[in-house]
Amino acid sequence: MGGERHAGWGFAAPALFLIVTCFFLPVAAGLLLSLTDFDIYAVASPDTARFVGLANYGRLLADPVFRQALGNTLYFVVVGGPLSVAVSLAAALLLASKLARFPTFYRSVYFAPVVTTLVAVAVVWRYLDHPRYGLLDQALGAIGIRPIDWLGDPHWAMPAIIVLAVWKNFGYNMLILIAGLQRIPDELYEAAALDGAGWWSRFRHVTLPGLGPMLLFVSVLTMLGNFQLFAEPYVMTQGGPLRSTTTLVMLMYEEGFRWWRMGHAATIACLHLVMMLAGTLLHLRMQHEAR
Amino acid sequence: MIRGAATASRARFRAFALVAVPALLSASGCARPPKTTPLRFWAMGREGEVVQELVRDFERENPGIRVVAQQIPWSAAHEKLLTAFVGGSLPDVVQLGNTWIPEFAALGAIEPLERFCARSGFDTTTCFAGVWDTNVIDGTLYGVPWYVDTRLVFYRSDLLARAGYRELPGSWNEWRRAMEALKRQAGPNRFAILLPANEFAPLVALALASGSPLLEANGTRGAFSEPAFRRALDFYAGIFRDRLAPPVTNNEIANLYQEFARGYFAMYITGPWNLGEFAARLPDSLQGAWATAPLPGPTGPESGYSLAGGSSLVLCHKSRRKEEAWKLVEFLLRPEQQVRFYRLSGDLPARLEAWRDSALGSDPRVRAFGEQLRRVRPTPKVPEWELIANRIQEYSERIVRGAESPDSAAAALDREADRILEKRRWLMGRRHAGEAAAEVR
Repeated sequence: MGGERHAGWGFAAPALFLIVTCFFLPVAAGLLLSLTDFDIYAVASPDTARFVGLANYGRLLADPVFRQALGNTLYFVVVGGPLSVAVSLAAALLLASKLARFPTFYRSVYFAPVVTTLVAVAVVWRYLDHPRYGLLDQALGAIGIRPIDWLGDPHWAMPAIIVLAVWKNFGYNMLILIAGLQRIPDELYEAAALDGAGWWSRFRHVTLPGLGPMLLFVSVLTMLGNFQLFAEPYVMTQGGPLRSTTTLVMLMYEEGFRWWRMGHAATIACLHLVMMLAGTLLHLRMQHEAR
Repeated sequence: MIRGAATASRARFRAFALVAVPALLSASGCARPPKTTPLRFWAMGREGEVVQELVRDFERENPGIRVVAQQIPWSAAHEKLLTAFVGGSLPDVVQLGNTWIPEFAALGAIEPLERFCARSGFDTTTCFAGVWDTNVIDGTLYGVPWYVDTRLVFYRSDLLARAGYRELPGSWNEWRRAMEALKRQAGPNRFAILLPANEFAPLVALALASGSPLLEANGTRGAFSEPAFRRALDFYAGIFRDRLAPPVTNNEIANLYQEFARGYFAMYITGPWNLGEFAARLPDSLQGAWATAPLPGPTGPESGYSLAGGSSLVLCHKSRRKEEAWKLVEFLLRPEQQVRFYRLSGDLPARLEAWRDSALGSDPRVRAFGEQLRRVRPTPKVPEWELIANRIQEYSERIVRGAESPDSAAAALDREADRILEKRRWLMGRRHAGEAAAEVR
């Protein structure tokens, strides 16, 4: 019995070792760092780092820039996430449908944005979004809508980023959902059709339950990814205008690597981690109750 | 078949070279005296590229010294320097942007240079005095200016002439009237001046001209509610309030040079790197229609101060070869090397003697820079300055976009600066306490 237990620990040891050194230790170090005012002066002489308790957390929660970054991140998670999953699902349904022509061709086309370089994409989108030369505003102008300064107007910059991010990333989820759709047996649809189920009922009662685990996987992954939004606003707007696209991760990067205020950066990182954990738990709970 | 043979022999040669070259190198390395471990020199961006040529000549002059000049991209420079400092792997000589000097001086990473400069005869009179001053932190000299940089006005002389001005006026009041005249000509969708809302430099230059110290009490408190800063802020805010400048960031200008050529704006406050860009990117028809002029001042041209920018050469504190490192610095600061460096990179020389060269003196667009550089002031020499400058940019953008009044922005800037400088106040208090205790003992 004892020998077996030792053997068990032996088998688990490599994984445990990695988890401890690559996850728990850094998290603990980050947590400690967030209780200090470690900054550029402390890099030179560590004795100038002061233990400040929870002051960083208090200061951060009172800081309008942090609150705005938090709001922007939640905006992106709450609006961008479901939108992205919905677009992926719609594209997957279209491509998996028996009526679709050249499905492989369109699958590659829809997947192409996922594998193109974001920086190159951003150059093109900055032109698309331009208020005077942009295709988007010219199209809107054709139906009589006044041009919108997508990236220059604090109200429209985040929607513009969401559109870019959805377009850039929906292909990945789409592939996973297509695989899920192909697993649903045709007999179920036939049986439903025989029972007189229309298009909506079949989608509601056959497709969605059949896709359940896939949808959970896709939406948790999307949410976690969206919480870490960084590159899109970094290349499109640098967090502006008026900080309307600054996200938590951007703020953390700025505090840590631009201003070298490691204490502040670690505090943001800890709050960010807690939020992502809470988001995932909430998601799993919702899925559980839906069943 | 023939091609196959050629590739095979080339491959064989490459294999031979792979083995032979390092062997030869190490053999010659052994033969030399041990003194020839290379002097390490880090330079940034384009400068790091063109300096290689200068360094080769230095080696020819000093057969005993070998130099490895490593190029570091600007975007990664700050992080790389800090990590090298922490890891103890800083080189012997570094090119340092002069706003970074206070930070590296505070870290104790760079060496005081008075004794070297005294020997070589470098002092504040051999260089633009305002730029020299950026290297003096709390009375100690930490770097010598290598090349200099400032901001002034680039303008469309044809548009200005049409608005009734033969050249850019010298005082803020007249400058402002010229902007209004330009705007009347330009109509609602074009503007007199471009002041990108994501740049702090134009506003800070106006504040320096207005005599604002930006920070006070030895760099521990903001001075943004003082009359001098307010005068500059109000002038700046007025330009946007009256729609003389478009409320945009550089991001929203698709192509700066095209827009300048189209007359979207007639003036732009920017730096010497744009001399080359404007010459290269504007259409030929416009090459005679643009000019540069020093910034106007609140009371006239003589008060038109701007930013003292540029890069300095510094010696690292841990370097064990400071004498040789200084030889390299001396070489790079020779007037003829400065002119050569200008020809290669377009960077303006720091040494006044180099400006007597015809390459610099004959071009009126460059001469304007020479004139402006006699009227430059350093920004506050504290490590926190860059963060504070970033906050200045954020609040000026809020004013530009109508989200904040100059009054509340000035008050908020003072609050932010005081919070950012809290650590500095604590450190200075601690240092004073330490000095007092030492005196008692």
